[in-house]
Amino acid sequence: MENASTKFEIDKLNLFYGSFQALIDIDMTIYTNKITALIGPSGCGKSTFIRTLNRMNDLILGVKTTGLVKFDEMDIYAVDYDVINLRKKVGMVFQKPNPFPKTIFENIVYGPKVHGEKNRDKLQEIVEKTLKEVALWEEVKDRLHKPALGLSGGQQQRLCIARCLAVEPEVILMDEPTSALDPVATSKIESLLEELVEKYTIVIVTHNMQQAGRVSDYTSFFLSGKVLETDKTEIIFSNPTNKKTEEYITGRFG
Amino acid sequence: MSARPQMDHEMAIILNELLEMGARVEDAIRLAIKSLKEKDSALARKIIDDDQIIDDLEDAIRDKCIKFMARQQPLAGDLRMTISILQMIRDMERIGDHCEDISKYTLRLENEHYIKELIDIPRMAEMAAKMVKDSLDSFVGKDLKLARRVWKSDEEVDEIFRNINDELLDLMAKDPAKVKQSVMFTFIAAHIERIADYATNICEETVFAIEGDFHMEQIEEV
Repeated sequence: MENASTKFEIDKLNLFYGSFQALIDIDMTIYTNKITALIGPSGCGKSTFIRTLNRMNDLILGVKTTGLVKFDEMDIYAVDYDVINLRKKVGMVFQKPNPFPKTIFENIVYGPKVHGEKNRDKLQEIVEKTLKEVALWEEVKDRLHKPALGLSGGQQQRLCIARCLAVEPEVILMDEPTSALDPVATSKIESLLEELVEKYTIVIVTHNMQQAGRVSDYTSFFLSGKVLETDKTEIIFSNPTNKKTEEYITGRFG
Repeated sequence: MSARPQMDHEMAIILNELLEMGARVEDAIRLAIKSLKEKDSALARKIIDDDQIIDDLEDAIRDKCIKFMARQQPLAGDLRMTISILQMIRDMERIGDHCEDISKYTLRLENEHYIKELIDIPRMAEMAAKMVKDSLDSFVGKDLKLARRVWKSDEEVDEIFRNINDELLDLMAKDPAKVKQSVMFTFIAAHIERIADYATNICEETVFAIEGDFHMEQIEEV
């Protein structure tokens, strides 16, 4: 679509939960250092789709996937593909902030520790760097060893993003990351996305059309397991090609 | 198909006011020429006074559009339609101003005997008034073919304008005593020519609202 490089290339992806087909022949390109928004009514397959990008669906019993998902040109569903490494490179942030019931500090160093980082100074450095990246450092630097659950919802969500950044991912998947937040916390996360996309590739599921319009470079419209339309966001929201897209984003159905 | 009754209701109110503004503008064109032709100074003054109503309608519709955008946050076709309306009311307000200007000439000419019978100017004005009406109908009825036809008919108005110009230039060249009125009638014709241009703008807005671009020429010939 333009001269951005490709992070994910998805080709004829199909996914079944048992006999139910949740994704049907998905073809999509996700560009490096761009924000791609996935929109569509509940149950259309957006969340299922982003979970295929770091193979989170592997954890669900009875899921069968066919087709090709290439991450940096490697087939992530190949038998010898290193899934642990994939999940390190492709981090995820969920709808409800879900910090561990530990301190702020421990939340962030959890991932690096799992991946073998033991050096205290290095861990300290990671905490400061990632909290600064999510613009939370000034707010929490004096209480790093206090429980993360004492933070506000918006702060908790930024902490979860920092926790995700601590293992140095390349891609951040976000499944409705602001739907549980108030407008001020939402706008902080949205401006954060603008900064993060300089370094990371972001895929965001959102039910908020205005949010998709505000933050993303590309938008894909999902309906009943299919991608009906993908285009530059400004086109999707001003002059979409598909009539169903138009009806959905203008609130005529869905 | 609507799952947004409140949004559709608010848009229907805006479109109604747009049509009301359109009807007033259309009347102003016809009455401005009637008062010129019949030297009806009272009517000319009324047109000048009533232009305020058109200005007020523009303000009211703009205000409703802003509130509509703030509350309903229209996207895609709804967004383009709202933006088009905002453009159209500016053009319609300008048409009202042109009618007011024509009426001012009527007042300046009220004690004069016309140098010629007015035939082409009323004909041109009638065409422009119909263009304004049809252009708005094309917008409200989402009628691309009508928009195209009205847009195209501007060429005929331009043609009459050129003929009027030639005729008046000829009169001026032959008789210096006719220069004053000839110049005034030329200006009046120029106002009408501008009115027709605004009608073509409205047609372009119709195409933009429906299609998302201004490609007039691509619409199939009618």
